[in-house]
Amino acid sequence: MTRTDKVLGNAFLGLVFLFLYVPTICVVVYSFNESPLGTVWSGFSLKWYAALTTDDELLSAAWASLKIALATAFASVFVGTWAGFVLARFRKFRGLTLFTAMINAPLVIPEVIQAISLLLLFVALQQAVGWPARGMFTIWIGHTMLCVSYVAITVQSRLSSMDESLHEVAQVLGATPLRVFFDITLPLISQALISGWLLSFTISLDDVLMTAFLSGPESTLLPIVVFSRVKLGLNPEINALGTLFIAAVTVGVVVNNHLMMKRQRRRDLEMAALRSTP
Amino acid sequence: MTRRTVSRLRSWLPSGRTLVIAAPFLFLLIFFMVPFAAVVKISFADPQMSIPPYTPIVELKDDSLRISATLAHYRTVLTDALYVDSYLYSLEVAALTTLICLLIGYPACYLIARSDPSRRNLLLMAVMLPFWTSYLIRVYAWIGLLKNQGLINKFLLWTHVTGEPIKLYHNNWGLLIGMVYNYLPYLMLPLYAHLVKMDLTLLEAARNLGARPWQAFFTITLPMSARAIVASSLLVFIPAVGEYVIPEILGGSNSLMIGRVMWDVFSVNNDWPSASAATCALVLLLLLPMALFQRVQRREMTSGL
Repeated sequence: MTRTDKVLGNAFLGLVFLFLYVPTICVVVYSFNESPLGTVWSGFSLKWYAALTTDDELLSAAWASLKIALATAFASVFVGTWAGFVLARFRKFRGLTLFTAMINAPLVIPEVIQAISLLLLFVALQQAVGWPARGMFTIWIGHTMLCVSYVAITVQSRLSSMDESLHEVAQVLGATPLRVFFDITLPLISQALISGWLLSFTISLDDVLMTAFLSGPESTLLPIVVFSRVKLGLNPEINALGTLFIAAVTVGVVVNNHLMMKRQRRRDLEMAALRSTP
Repeated sequence: MTRRTVSRLRSWLPSGRTLVIAAPFLFLLIFFMVPFAAVVKISFADPQMSIPPYTPIVELKDDSLRISATLAHYRTVLTDALYVDSYLYSLEVAALTTLICLLIGYPACYLIARSDPSRRNLLLMAVMLPFWTSYLIRVYAWIGLLKNQGLINKFLLWTHVTGEPIKLYHNNWGLLIGMVYNYLPYLMLPLYAHLVKMDLTLLEAARNLGARPWQAFFTITLPMSARAIVASSLLVFIPAVGEYVIPEILGGSNSLMIGRVMWDVFSVNNDWPSASAATCALVLLLLLPMALFQRVQRREMTSGL
């Protein structure tokens, strides 16, 4: 690449990153703004963070969201890993096409379709057997359905690119398939599981549509509260909340990335050492 | 019980393999396919003031089995201006969003994939970081930028590019900007994953044979990444058609996308049958792109490329 190409390339990337980051930077900066008007800076202040601590509606919604997000993350990792394992290990079985379609469709299908259909299912169930009532349980199922596909695809791609010989060796040495899965497969795909868990957690914490459709009268989650406030325009407390979010996620992503790099470097060193020994 | 009886009994039970496959299969069937059946059923009912707010299709009344299904909702959904216009508008917005994301995202991914391996990971993390922070907060952040007194207009007025503020909030422009902003990482991640694995030796060979850089790009790189382009474009296009939150927050009252229409019909009007018919129509509309996505994904899954 010529020099001008390189400069142009860097400038273009710079613009793209500007586009991606200016909104988040604004949220952070204006969370410390004294003035309640979003775009007029009138001084540094932490009062919006203080306001957050007394905002009961927001706090209780945040707590409920956290519980659901944790439940969703574990459930979707459980189901998603199982589904990904099936996709990777069993090349041919009756209903494979349907199975892959059911895994791929939630990735792309507009969320409103999934939300309406799940709601109708739960209502029909409630008519027929009196359970479940709309609330935390239905939200949990809805969020899990949103996230399962991501986990399944990640696990599937990780498993199919993995060396099968390790599993074969274990089976030859007499381990049952269950043992092979828990002792060999699971540790090897642990990274995929962790990123799947984090992704599910994030998706659940942030979801508006599915939550709105599937929540009952008493269950209010954080995204719903934020959404209803945000529809009316700028809201400085939301800036503070957003900044806290951004800070937590940034720390998490950077730390995770750093750990991943370290693990990768260690793995590369181990492989190199294995290869060099006669 | 003799050993033979036990083994004969066991041959009737499903094998371990079947059970392992069946568990996630059933889960997906119950929570993905069966709900669609419910949607289809209710789209043939009539709305009424009851809980649930629709008429039963099959009724046992006065010793006679009454089946009443109406096609009126499908007729409305396929002919009424509200629905047809919003379907078309949604497709238009989704297509535009996909195109702009491609125009921005492909060069960006290409540049990142070709940069130093040491910087590559940092750059990729920088691209994905906004994706991990709350999507609601980030869309909200655009309000402060797009308003008439917002930062963008302030900047334009300050630099005297325009004499008066450009309306960007609560209209189609704000909607488009918000959509591109939100969907860009969705396009870039699979595209980057492909571009970074691409075999550069073919490009080297082309260069050795005398091809100029742009020639090599159009004849080798672009065709080779065709499948990744299709997959990532569909990953943006299909969900963008049904987007609700971004049009609601950043769009105007005349930028009615089908997601908003469905929400309003369902929650505000409480007209579940019409919303169900609209859902079925939307699924049918998206069936072709989804089948294409499924095909590209399956090739991707089985070829390991």
